[in-house]
Amino acid sequence: MNFKTKLGLGILAFFTLIAVIGEWIAPYDPSAMSDDLLSPPSGAHWFGTTMTGQDIFSQVLVGTRGVMVVGLVCGVLATFLSILVGVTAGFLGGAADEALSMLSNVFLVIPALPLIIIVASMLPSADTVLIAGVISLTAWAWGARILRAQTMSLRRRDFVEAARASGERTWRIIVFEVLPNLLAVIGSGFVGTVIFAVMLQITLSFVGVISLSTWNWGTILFWAQSNQALGLGAWWWFVPAGLCIALLGTALALINFGIDEYANPRLRKVRA
Amino acid sequence: MTFLLRRALFYLVTLWAAITANFLLPRFLPGDPVQAMITKLGGRLNSDAMASLYILFGLDDDKSIWEQYVDYWGSLLQGDLGLSFTFFPTPVADVLSQSMPWTLGLVGVTTVIAFLLGTLLGVYAGWKRGSWMDNLIPITTFLSSIPYFWLGLIAISLFSVTWPLLPASGGYAPGLVPEFSGEFIGSMLEHAVLPGITIIVSSVAGWILGMRNMMVTVTAEDYVLVARAKGLTQKRIMFAYAARNAVLPSISGFALSLGFIVGGALLVEMVFSYPGLGYVLFQGIGAKDYPLMQGVFLVITLAVLVANLLADIGYLLLDPRTRREG
Repeated sequence: MNFKTKLGLGILAFFTLIAVIGEWIAPYDPSAMSDDLLSPPSGAHWFGTTMTGQDIFSQVLVGTRGVMVVGLVCGVLATFLSILVGVTAGFLGGAADEALSMLSNVFLVIPALPLIIIVASMLPSADTVLIAGVISLTAWAWGARILRAQTMSLRRRDFVEAARASGERTWRIIVFEVLPNLLAVIGSGFVGTVIFAVMLQITLSFVGVISLSTWNWGTILFWAQSNQALGLGAWWWFVPAGLCIALLGTALALINFGIDEYANPRLRKVRA
Repeated sequence: MTFLLRRALFYLVTLWAAITANFLLPRFLPGDPVQAMITKLGGRLNSDAMASLYILFGLDDDKSIWEQYVDYWGSLLQGDLGLSFTFFPTPVADVLSQSMPWTLGLVGVTTVIAFLLGTLLGVYAGWKRGSWMDNLIPITTFLSSIPYFWLGLIAISLFSVTWPLLPASGGYAPGLVPEFSGEFIGSMLEHAVLPGITIIVSSVAGWILGMRNMMVTVTAEDYVLVARAKGLTQKRIMFAYAARNAVLPSISGFALSLGFIVGGALLVEMVFSYPGLGYVLFQGIGAKDYPLMQGVFLVITLAVLVANLLADIGYLLLDPRTRREG
């Protein structure tokens, strides 16, 4: 493991910790108003306060959980779907492959953002879990495509042929012979999906289609934008949440580089 | 030619899927938001407009779902997307045709610039692996991990509020009328700078990284070794041997990532109140204007499919193998 991967894992561990304990260590109730209106960062309010005197540091801490939960739930659901579709298509080939590839390509080409905005705003109550489900439905296609290509290169290898010759059932060959060889690809697909889901969730909160009753980093940005934080020069209102998103995204991308380099030795650093 | 035919067929299927999703969503999701809106507008809707909304959103409960589907297609083929509630009583189709050119111009130009710039930087980064160019990767990774809209907010805060260099919102100066004059075009370009740079900065990293990794892989191929052994110039090997082959996945990836890029660009338009489809969509969300939102979705899907077809033609020109198979 190189330094970049360790750094990525470290940042991810930090945010996971905050997601668990954020609610307990937050100095204030994130929704509670106070008399310190729109004050810049200070000892009492590390990230400053909003227009109604809410503590932004507490909002960021409490909001971490929503972000991480959606990322994790979508990552698991979408990865499961992508394995189901991608590996099946790649292993079976023929008409099943044609149909499943077509399905995943359709999902890839259709612009996901406007579609999800429509679905989310039509749902009567857009709570976190429901949104995670909707995001997963659009997030699996990329992974499925890559898994299909990898599976196709595996299915005629000798060890698979040997399993077939000894009369193993198809599902057993897929689960015990093919899947273990796809772990790196599945892992990097999972991390990529988490990035996608986190970004999408924050975006949906920012444009205001997700319920604003629970805090996440996107809701902070929504309130900052709708209260003209930019025009008021209140940079502390939107900078911390955005930096957290960028840090989390970078951490996940670094982890993915690590996985890629593990899977493709040509990408590793040349040692002088 | 079979390659193009296959692709065209695929795009038709995709378009059908998008339209059918648009048809099914308001019918199968709980709640009846459009009915509520019609009741609210009451007598201000004339009977034609009412009829088209009934067809588009399935409020005719006495018709079977198949009859509704046929009627829906009939409406669409006549270009009837219903009335917009936000811009009442303008038809959705009119709202879209006004905002479409802005989005096409902004997103089209910036996507092409980002692709060319990113690919070129990726060629150099991959060729000079192990040099200082490697430091480009973590920086661009960080930039691409920033949501488009947040980068837009920062750009506004720095270049419009702190140092008032460029306008923060709109597509042209408030007093001007859209026309073909030097003053209007100048104002238009000035307003496009910040949103344009935001889109380029956020999307360039993906192209750099993809191209770099392919260059690294291709550089180890035998034909590059042969080119070196023949004593060809570095520049020739880099572009005519390595880059030409390494660019193929980027181009086929271009088609597939376009939907994602367009999504990001819509957000940039929302942040900058740029008069394109993204801003229209944003206004639609606020007013729960479903005819408008669904119209935006259809038009964007159509545009992405056309762009995909163009990318395929480019691929055909670059990769002789696709031509031979046909």
